[in-house]
Amino acid sequence: MNLIFAAAADAPFVVPVLLLDISLLALLVIVAFAIVRMRSLFGIVMLQGVYSLVCAAWFVSLDAVDVAFTEAAVGAGVSTVLMLSAMLLADRKSTPVPMRRQLGALAVVVLAGAAMLYAVGDMPAFGDVNSPANTHIGMDFMAKTAEEIKIPNVVTAVLASYRGYDTFGETVVIFSAGLGVLLLLGLNGNAGRWVARPNGQMLNDHAAPSAALSDDNRTEDQQAEGET
Amino acid sequence: MSNPQQTPEAEMARDPHVLLRVISKFLIPLIALFAFYVQFHGDYGPGGGFQAGVILAASVILYALIFGLPEAKKAFPPRLIRYGMTLGVLLYGGTGVLNLILGGEFLNYSNLAHDASHGQHYGILAVELGVLTTVTTVMIAIFYAFGSRQPETSDEDW
Repeated sequence: MNLIFAAAADAPFVVPVLLLDISLLALLVIVAFAIVRMRSLFGIVMLQGVYSLVCAAWFVSLDAVDVAFTEAAVGAGVSTVLMLSAMLLADRKSTPVPMRRQLGALAVVVLAGAAMLYAVGDMPAFGDVNSPANTHIGMDFMAKTAEEIKIPNVVTAVLASYRGYDTFGETVVIFSAGLGVLLLLGLNGNAGRWVARPNGQMLNDHAAPSAALSDDNRTEDQQAEGET
Repeated sequence: MSNPQQTPEAEMARDPHVLLRVISKFLIPLIALFAFYVQFHGDYGPGGGFQAGVILAASVILYALIFGLPEAKKAFPPRLIRYGMTLGVLLYGGTGVLNLILGGEFLNYSNLAHDASHGQHYGILAVELGVLTTVTTVMIAIFYAFGSRQPETSDEDW
């Protein structure tokens, strides 16, 4: 804490940034408590989107614009929509859980939180020149990108070239995720046996056609013929 | 103004989401354009294939939310998903295999051009295109797979 205040005293322009960071983090805590106390699943999904958006704003304030991009698009955008889709298939309200069944979860959260607070003391200060991230291979990348790859953005050089194996692995992971979802939900509409009863409505294959890749090779007229 | 059907109030009653539709119709092309800016400007500014892919998928998902899944499936046919997600991974891996064939190391793009740094540029471009294709199609695939399994959202849900 003393370090932060010393930095703030040295450079007056840091104070507004510090205030911004504190207010964004306070917003995150408020949104998190609102999520915990809420029963309407629709509201919870929306608040999760708000949480991601505030996170993204905070990442921008930390100069991590790439991460902010990703958080805003994935966290606030795509995953909110996916949670909404999942919620529409389930219920609109969550049933309250009795207090004694939450004691185990409370213990885990308190322990994990205490461990993290304990670890904060070992973390390098923000922007510390001697921190591990700024002393070892990271500096090599910074020095060699200009002469070996000659693009201004070192992050892209590291992700696509120096760490090309990692990014290839990530792409394969995303591909496998898509493959898994298509195999479980998408390819042939569960062979016509899929039935669900969300909120008292009966749904089956005809009411809810799947992504149905095979169907889309037919024209709409042919599909109409097939259903009659 | 003699025709009551022409008043804004009547128009709103007929289609309560008309504002959403008009504004998102204006925004969706801009979102898609921004995705390509993030993709091809990734060498100079923040961004890259993953971010661009998610933003591009978000534009299709927004279109599906506003205009309905059938319309979105006309704009981005689901059969593209199979080809897109595999082609992206193949493009990425294929770049590495091309390096091997040219006598270099897997995913070391220096031998793609006479000048090593030019080779790196081409390699990064190809690899990021692969990431873009896979991420976009997989995100849309997951949305289509989940979104296709439910009824139209009723007005009480809003």
